[in-house]
Amino acid sequence: MSLLEVTDLRVRYARQGRLRAALRGEAHDFEAVSGVSFSIEAGQTLGLVGESGSGKSTIARTLIGLKAPASGSIVFDGEEVASASARDWARLRREMSMMWQDPVGSLSPRLTVRSLITEPLRIHGQKADRNEAERLLSLVGLPGEYAARYPHQLSGGQARRVGVARALALDPRLLIADEPTAGLDMSVQGEVLNLLNEVQQRTGVAILVITHNLNLVRHVTDRMAIMYLGRFVEEGPTGRIFEHPRHPYTKALLCANPEPDPDARGERVELSGEVPSPVNRPSGCDFHPRCPWARDACKVNEPDWQTEGDRGHRCMFPL
Amino acid sequence: MVSTALNAATADGSGAASDALVSIEGLSVDFDTGRGTVHALRDIDLEVPRGKVLGLVGESGCGKSTLAYSLIGLLAENARVAGGAIRMGDQDLTRLGPAAWRDLRGRRIAMIFQDPMTALNPVTTIGQQMLDIQYRDDTSRAAKRARAIEFLEQVQIPDAPSKLDVYPHQLSGGMRQRVCIAMALLTQPDLLIADEPTTALDATLEMQIVSLLRELQRKFGCSVLFVSHHLGTVAELCDEVAVMYAGEVVEYGSARAIFHTPGHPYTQALLDCDPARIKDATRDLPTIPGTLPDLRQPPPGCAYRARCPHGWERCEREHPPLYAGDAGDNRIRCHLADAEEGAA
Amino acid sequence: MSDTTPTSAAASQGPLPEPTVLARTLRVLSGNRTGVIGFVLVALIIGAAVLAPWIAPYDPTAIMVGPRMAPPSAEHWLGTDNIGRDIFSRVIAGGRIAMLVAMASLASALSVGLALGLIAGLGPRWLDNVLLLLFDALRSFPVIVFGLAVVTIIGPSLFTVVLVVAITSVPIYARIVRTQTMALKNAEFILAERAMGVGMPRLLAIHVLPNVLGPLLILASMDVPLVIATEAGLSFLGMGVRPPTPSWGVILNDGYNFIRNSPWPVIGGSIPIILVTLGFTFMGEALRDIFDPKLRKAR
Repeated sequence: MSLLEVTDLRVRYARQGRLRAALRGEAHDFEAVSGVSFSIEAGQTLGLVGESGSGKSTIARTLIGLKAPASGSIVFDGEEVASASARDWARLRREMSMMWQDPVGSLSPRLTVRSLITEPLRIHGQKADRNEAERLLSLVGLPGEYAARYPHQLSGGQARRVGVARALALDPRLLIADEPTAGLDMSVQGEVLNLLNEVQQRTGVAILVITHNLNLVRHVTDRMAIMYLGRFVEEGPTGRIFEHPRHPYTKALLCANPEPDPDARGERVELSGEVPSPVNRPSGCDFHPRCPWARDACKVNEPDWQTEGDRGHRCMFPL
Repeated sequence: MVSTALNAATADGSGAASDALVSIEGLSVDFDTGRGTVHALRDIDLEVPRGKVLGLVGESGCGKSTLAYSLIGLLAENARVAGGAIRMGDQDLTRLGPAAWRDLRGRRIAMIFQDPMTALNPVTTIGQQMLDIQYRDDTSRAAKRARAIEFLEQVQIPDAPSKLDVYPHQLSGGMRQRVCIAMALLTQPDLLIADEPTTALDATLEMQIVSLLRELQRKFGCSVLFVSHHLGTVAELCDEVAVMYAGEVVEYGSARAIFHTPGHPYTQALLDCDPARIKDATRDLPTIPGTLPDLRQPPPGCAYRARCPHGWERCEREHPPLYAGDAGDNRIRCHLADAEEGAA
Repeated sequence: MSDTTPTSAAASQGPLPEPTVLARTLRVLSGNRTGVIGFVLVALIIGAAVLAPWIAPYDPTAIMVGPRMAPPSAEHWLGTDNIGRDIFSRVIAGGRIAMLVAMASLASALSVGLALGLIAGLGPRWLDNVLLLLFDALRSFPVIVFGLAVVTIIGPSLFTVVLVVAITSVPIYARIVRTQTMALKNAEFILAERAMGVGMPRLLAIHVLPNVLGPLLILASMDVPLVIATEAGLSFLGMGVRPPTPSWGVILNDGYNFIRNSPWPVIGGSIPIILVTLGFTFMGEALRDIFDPKLRKAR
C-alpha cells in the first residue's frame, strides 16, 4: 500500500461573492486543481512540476490541511484525510510536514533558531530542550551557535536549513517541499538538494517536491508529474521522462531550462502565448493554444489520460 | 549569428577600447550601513561594448545590481562612489548633477527591472504612461499614441491599440514585462540596462522575453547590460560576459570563452553548480563550500581565496590583477592565469 | 550622516562583531540630534513626575508661600500665582497628573485596541465589518465634544479624563492592529505555524502579537502629547481634574484669569506642554528610525 494515495482530487477557489456571482450569472468559484491522482510510496520522492497557476502549490496546501478539497480522496497510510477530525489532524500533522517557499519569510521573525526548530515539538507537547535543538541543527549541518540567531541574521541557505530542521523535528513520514531552492543561489541549491537526499537516505522519509525547476527534479526525484492548468499532463519515472518526453508541454519545459552554451542558441521549442486562466479554460486540450504540434482534433476533443506501462500522459498525439 | 563579428572584435583586445559605449574605470562604491561601511564594489574596470549585449553574472551579494544601478545613477541613498569614473562619451557619470542625470536617463540610458508590476504606475493606463514618457518630443498627441502602439507591436503584444487603455494589473506578468521593454525602447536609448528581467517569470515566458530582447537589440542596435544569476539566459543572450564575485569582476570575456573555457576557479565552480549542465542524474550535486567574505573588511589578497580549491600562499598575500587568459579574449583575476607563474 | 562614530569605527577593525541593539540605537542617535533631545526630555519629564514630592521646593497646593503673582526669582523659579502658590512646584506636580493620565489611558486603549484589532483581523468577515463600523462611529466624534458629553453624564474627575482619552484612542490602535494582522494572516510563517497545528492562543501570543506591537508602541509614544493636550484641554475647561489638584490645564486656566496682572502663570503652564510634545514626538521618530525593518535591512 502506498504511503499517500490521492484520487481524483479537485480543489476550488472562490472568485467572487455568491450573491454577486448569482446576479451576474457567473460561477462564483473556479477549479484550481481538477481531477489529479497520484501516489507516493514510503521513502520515495515525487516531483510535481508546473508553472505558476498550474495548481501545484494548491495541492500542497490541500494535503497539509490548510485548504479543503472540493471532492476526491486523500488517503494517508490507509486513513482518509479529507474527513479527518481535529484530533486526527493533530496526529496527521506530526506525520506530514512542509517546507515553505520563502526560506526566511516562513520563519517567525521574532523567534530564535532554537525556538523555531523546536516549535513543532512544543506544539505537540513533546520535550523541546537544548539537546533536541542541537540534535536538529546537527542533522541539517548547522553549527550549534546558530541556535541563538534570528531569521533576519541568516543567509537564504542557512534559513533553508532551519526550515528543513523544523520540518524534520517530529520525524515525519512525508515531507512536502514547496520550491525548496527558490531564492537560493546556484551554489547553495546543490547543498539543499544534497541535504534532502541525505535526510531521505537516513530517515526514509517520503518527499513531495513541488517546483517549476525541472533541473532540480532530475536530481532528487524518483518519479515526476507535470501539471498544466490544474491537471497532470504527464507522469512517470523521472529518468524516462527526461529521456523521452511524450507530452509537448513537457518537451517545452525541458527546453526552457537550457544548458548554458552560447553555441546552442535557438535549438529549442519555444512556446508562444501564456498560460490561460483556469477560470476560462480553452476548448478541447488545455494546451492546444500554445502547442506547436496542435492539430484540429486538439481544439475539439479533450484528451483522456493514457497509461503506458509505468507512465502516462494526456495527449492524443504524443511525441 | 553574430559569432564571427564577435570574434573579430574581441580577438585583438586593442580594438575593443575605442568601441566602448561606456567605460567603467576603477569604480568603487561604498555603502554606509548600521553595521559599518560595506565596500560593495571595488576597483571595477569594465567596458560596455557598443551595439552588443554584455552579461553581468554572479550570485547574490556580488555587486552586479549595484554596478547596474550606478550606471543609471539610481544607487541607494546610503551609497557613495568612493573612487573611479564611468565614462560615456565625454561625460563622467559619477560626477553628474540631478538635472544632467534626468536628461541622460530619458534619452541615452533606459532600464527594465526585475518586477514588472512595481515598475509600472498602478493607477494610470499603459497608454497614458507611454505617452507621458514622450514628453520631450514636440509632436501631437495622436503621433505619440501611434508611436506607443508601434512599440507595443514591436514587443509582440497582440492587439496593441486596445492595450493602451488597460491598467497594469489587468496584464499578466509576461505582458507587463513586454510593456516595460517597449517603454524603455521608446526613448531609443544607447544603453538598455536589464536587471534580472526574467527572474519573476515562468520558465517558458523567460525564454520568450530573452529571444524578444535578442531580436530587439539587433533591430535597434543599442547596447544592453543584462544582469542575471541565470547562466542559461546569459548564454542565450549575451555577446560578452563579466563574472562578478564579492564586489569585483573576476573574469571578463566573450560568452564563448566564459562558457567553454572558464579561467577563474569561481567561474568554473559556478558553471559546475548549474544543474542544467549536469546531464546524468546524481544525488550528490556540486556546491561551492564556504561563504562570501565580509565586505566591510575585504581580504587583502584574492577575494575568492577562502573558497578556492587551487589557492596557495600568493593568493593570501597579493591581490590578483586581471591577467590575459589563454583564449586571448578573456581577462582573469587569478594568479593561476599569470603567465610567469606557469613558467616558474 | 557621520560615519566616524565610536561604534562604526570599532566595527571596522578586529573580528567585526555584529552590532547589538544598543549599539545600533547609539549609532542612530549619534546621527540624530532631535532623537537625543527627545530621549533626554522624556527622561527628564518622567523623572520629574516620579520624583515630584522630593523635587518640588514647595507644597504645590499650599497658598501664600510667597508673594502673589511674583515674576520668576531665585526662590520661585517660575514665579507665583494669584494666591501665592509656587508655579514651579505646581508644574512638577502637574506632570505627575499628566503622566498618570497618559499611562493609564494609553495602556487601556492599547490593550483594548490590540484585542479588538486582532479579533477584527483574524475573525470572521461579518465580525470585522461590525467592529469597523463601531470604530468609525467612535472616531467620528470630535474628542473634546465627546469628552464634554461624557463629563455631563458622569461628572468631571481624573477617571473621566482617562475614560474619554481611552475610548477615543481605541479605534485608532484597533485599526492599525487589524491592518497589520490581516497582512500577517497570509504571511508564510503564519501559514507554516498553522500547518504545524498551532493553537490560536499560541499563534496570537507568540507569532502575531510581537510583530504588531512594535509599530503600535511607537505610535503610542507619539500620541502621548495628544493625550496630555486633551487632559489639559478638559481641565482648562473645568471638565477634568478638579482644582486645587495641580494639572497643567488647571494652571493655565488659573493663569488666564489673571493674564493682565502677570503672564507668568500662563507661561509656566505652557512650557511643560510644549516640552512634552517635542520630547515624545522626537523620541517616537527616533524609535521608528531604530526599529524600522526597512532601515535595518539596508545594506
